Amino acid sequence: MNAMTSLLLRDVRIAVRVGGGALMGALFFLIVVTMMPFAIGPDLKLLARIGPAILWLGALLASLLALDRLFAADYEDGSLDLLMMGTTPLELIVAVKAIAHWLTTCLPLVVIAPVLGLLLNIELRAMGAVALTLLAGTPALTFIGLIGAALSVTLRRGGLLLAVLVLPLTVPVLIFGVAAANAAIVEDQPFGPPFTILCALSLGALVLGPFAAAAALRHGLE
Amino acid sequence: MQLRAEHLGCNRGGREVFAGLGFAVGAGEALMVTGRNGAGKSTLLRLIAGLVRLSAGRIKLSGADADTPIGELAHYLGHQDAVKGSLTVTENLTFWTGFLGGGKPAAAALDAVGLGALASLPAAYLSAGQRRRLSIARLIAVVRPLWLLDEPTSALDAAAQAQLAGMMQAHLAGGGLIVAAAHGPIGLERARELKLGPP
Repeated sequence: MNAMTSLLLRDVRIAVRVGGGALMGALFFLIVVTMMPFAIGPDLKLLARIGPAILWLGALLASLLALDRLFAADYEDGSLDLLMMGTTPLELIVAVKAIAHWLTTCLPLVVIAPVLGLLLNIELRAMGAVALTLLAGTPALTFIGLIGAALSVTLRRGGLLLAVLVLPLTVPVLIFGVAAANAAIVEDQPFGPPFTILCALSLGALVLGPFAAAAALRHGLE
Repeated sequence: MQLRAEHLGCNRGGREVFAGLGFAVGAGEALMVTGRNGAGKSTLLRLIAGLVRLSAGRIKLSGADADTPIGELAHYLGHQDAVKGSLTVTENLTFWTGFLGGGKPAAAALDAVGLGALASLPAAYLSAGQRRRLSIARLIAVVRPLWLLDEPTSALDAAAQAQLAGMMQAHLAGGGLIVAAAHGPIGLERARELKLGPP
């Protein structure tokens, strides 16, 4: 337990310090969502209709940004070897690293999403629901991305490969995330079913992700 | 406690690095692994640590729980120092003592390697030798019976080399085991030598 707390604290510290990935994701999210109204034009109805999709796409891309360094940084400086020599199972190690990534990269996105909703003409009432879908869905993004990060750990420039590997797998999360967010805005659609499936996707990724990532790491580091 | 290896074989990328290798290291003993570049010195250390898979033979650490992987009883000091530049010197060491489950406070270990005065400096400002010292501090902050040292004296100045030699002697005197790969003398006079590759 002590080992995992140490690891979580370390990863969070590194992420929030200079050169870490925490602020980068939030800034990228901010700039992508801010650019959208300029590209689409001042059609308020249209913006409100596609707003949730823009927020979700922005969050998806922003959460990928720091992901390629999740294991690569530890691999390059030799920390990964030592992490594997601890008494903690590798599955737990990768899960803790994913939690640290979610806390520093995805949680800020959930927090600033309601503010960005103003730019997209989403009602304040609905904005809470959209943020809730992000809160429920981003763990799935992190834990699916974890597998890609583990697969591309030994590659020098694994970032692009990571995106190509991970993005197709996140399609279900995107579909149900946007569906639930839309349901919160348009009154006659039910919010429950897509939101429940979104939660299920997150829980499934939470269980499967660490095992797949640990297996990929063991194989890749041979 | 004894580390015994029998008929070790290792293939890397389809090439045989070594085969039929055997050795034994007892408590309080040191083994120096020597050989030309590419002979497999680092690979042998990583093999013992469990970071590389064996293709033949077996390694056993007797006197320990048979189910415990050797890696969990060993310290591995590799070519990379496993130091995070954005964390301070103390934070780096406390992380490893916390993660590996050590007992000793970081300050004492840092003083022992001569980094006490730099404890609150971000590790990015350390020189190569100082990073090495920080890495070595891990060996004494967390007690583990087997030390696997890969070129431990690289980047160290004469004073630090003497310090390291003292630590290694103390470790051996306490019944520890050392397997070290090096090209030159590292301060282990009575160590046995294992020469890899063609003579």
